[in-house]
Amino acid sequence: MKLNTKFGEFGGVYIPEMMVAAMETLENSFIKYINCFKFKKELNQLLNVFAGRPTGLYLAKNISLDLGFKVYLKREDMLHTGAHKINNALGQVLLAKYMGKKEIIAETGAGQHGVAVAAAGAFLGIPVKVFMGEKDIERQKLNVYRMKLFGAEVVSVNSGSKTLKDAVNEALRYFITNVKTCYYLIGSVVGPHPYPLIVQKFQEIIGKETKEQILAIEGKLPSAIIACVGGGSNAIGIFNEFLDDKNVNLIGVEAGGKVKKHGKTLSNGSIGIFHGSKSYVLQDKDGQIKEAYSISAGLDYPGVGPIHSFLKNLKRAVYGNATDEEAVDALKYLCKTEGILPALESSHAIAYLLKNKNNFNNNDIVVINLSGRGDKDVNQLIYADSDLYGGC
Amino acid sequence: MQYKIPSKIQYKIIGNRKVLPNRFKKKVFIPFLILGDPDYNTSLEIIKSVIDHGVDELELGFAFSDPIMDGITIQKANNRALSFGMNIKKAFDLLNDIRKYSDVPISLMLSFNLIYNYGIDNFLSECNKLNINAVLCPDIPLEESNELVNLAIKHDVNIPFIISLTTSYERIKKICDISSGYIYLVSLLGITGKRENINYSFLEQIKLIRGLTELPIYVGFGISKSEHVKHILTNGADGVIVGSAIINLIDKNLENNQKMISEIIIFVDKLMVKK
Repeated sequence: MKLNTKFGEFGGVYIPEMMVAAMETLENSFIKYINCFKFKKELNQLLNVFAGRPTGLYLAKNISLDLGFKVYLKREDMLHTGAHKINNALGQVLLAKYMGKKEIIAETGAGQHGVAVAAAGAFLGIPVKVFMGEKDIERQKLNVYRMKLFGAEVVSVNSGSKTLKDAVNEALRYFITNVKTCYYLIGSVVGPHPYPLIVQKFQEIIGKETKEQILAIEGKLPSAIIACVGGGSNAIGIFNEFLDDKNVNLIGVEAGGKVKKHGKTLSNGSIGIFHGSKSYVLQDKDGQIKEAYSISAGLDYPGVGPIHSFLKNLKRAVYGNATDEEAVDALKYLCKTEGILPALESSHAIAYLLKNKNNFNNNDIVVINLSGRGDKDVNQLIYADSDLYGGC
Repeated sequence: MQYKIPSKIQYKIIGNRKVLPNRFKKKVFIPFLILGDPDYNTSLEIIKSVIDHGVDELELGFAFSDPIMDGITIQKANNRALSFGMNIKKAFDLLNDIRKYSDVPISLMLSFNLIYNYGIDNFLSECNKLNINAVLCPDIPLEESNELVNLAIKHDVNIPFIISLTTSYERIKKICDISSGYIYLVSLLGITGKRENINYSFLEQIKLIRGLTELPIYVGFGISKSEHVKHILTNGADGVIVGSAIINLIDKNLENNQKMISEIIIFVDKLMVKK
């Protein structure tokens, strides 16, 4: 490998020998095209006209009045297909196209990454196969149908816990088998090198825009940035540009789930090697991977991007959590105060702000990465409502 | 069948590593099984039976929740073992029980996360006590091999590496340099699981590897018939590893242990290299 594969002790290339040549080729192509004028121009154009960038930085006036300090929302929820996932999907589908790949595979949990890749694949003319756990297919029917509308094949994964981690396993198995022709498009800053770097690169536009926008509006940097963390791509996307601005507190919010079941990989996990890299992992004392849980399918992953493990240990970012119930309450709060329906994933970031509002004073400016919209979650919400409150 | 205690293994020393003398003596057939599949006692019984039948070597896997290189047969074997309470401690207990019975050469295959959580040093120290010939981690390529290889030298345990059809010549050279015990050549692009037909293009790799190292070359993945074994062994390989095709017989006979074991023995007998 040409680039540094590690973030401190985390990251690396813990992969079968059959994948090594493919990762070397991927790294080479990434280095080549990311600096290529034609590639950059084409990607920028796609981000503008296809995805709808730049997204707004929205002053949530009602929330700000309510909490007593300024709260801005970075509106990734306004993007085509409904979440920040499209940034990375377009970048990597374009990369696959430049590499001459004939087929793209992806894993998906909530379906947002799958939908984004399916849409980008349809637009750029490359067939897409999406691996999705049987349980997730059941709870995210809407997104499954959307992927199919975009012409993608959805492969139902019924091994293991039948959720995101098993979809990744199955995608890796398919990739190992079709390594010469197939491009594996990972949706978060997880997996072996160079994926964490690639996904970080294609998501860093969130933070770049945010910095420019907040400086233009406020003339100063925010005091805190809050984002939800599953694998951690939207969080690193907005954090990255601010890593050197030590006065900006970076806060990641994991899934607190409910009694004993959660997705708090960074705060409750231990260091291990999973899906190709060293990072915090939810595992038992032997190293068997545990199932993660969250009401939001996008946050129930027992691993996390190695960059976040690195930032946690450096204490450059802090990682808290919000429970299912807090996330649902936050979602409703945002609906009622601002008329915005956030994804359940992003609602965890809002929930964290609400329960920690006393840590901020009236001079503070807080930016929340509203990574996705909640239309996909409406079915889930109806169910959660009956679950939590005994009916609406 | 009467079990005879084999004489103490005479290792050949290549570099500073000990190598089983098989390559210089005979071609070997190596069954692969998951420790604790389907459960502790049956697993021990199966392993004792194949030892009784005279297999040359064993490759044994530690069950892992997320084995990415494995097809459905071995995935199910992993799950079966785990669901019957298999864990690292019990896997070592099982190895200890096997060792009370036989000193047949044993290699281990397992995901690195299990070793990492046990502590690499501790794990290899246990392996040394149990006279384990080699430990192969399918998710440790050259790039991540330093710590494992250095500690393995300290504990006198061999660390073989995998060569695949996509491994470049330059890289094969490096793998031959760093490997000890044997070289594991994966016969196909893909995951474990028996295949009806074998594409023998990997035989070219054997020639390349043979030109670079004296280490035994073992071939695995997809192999399920005695004609496969014969063809591979007469074309330069020193050993053939068969897993899924045997584990299928466990899967098929979960209700009947006696039938399970007798079918395994009949199958293993067909694949074994007759002396």
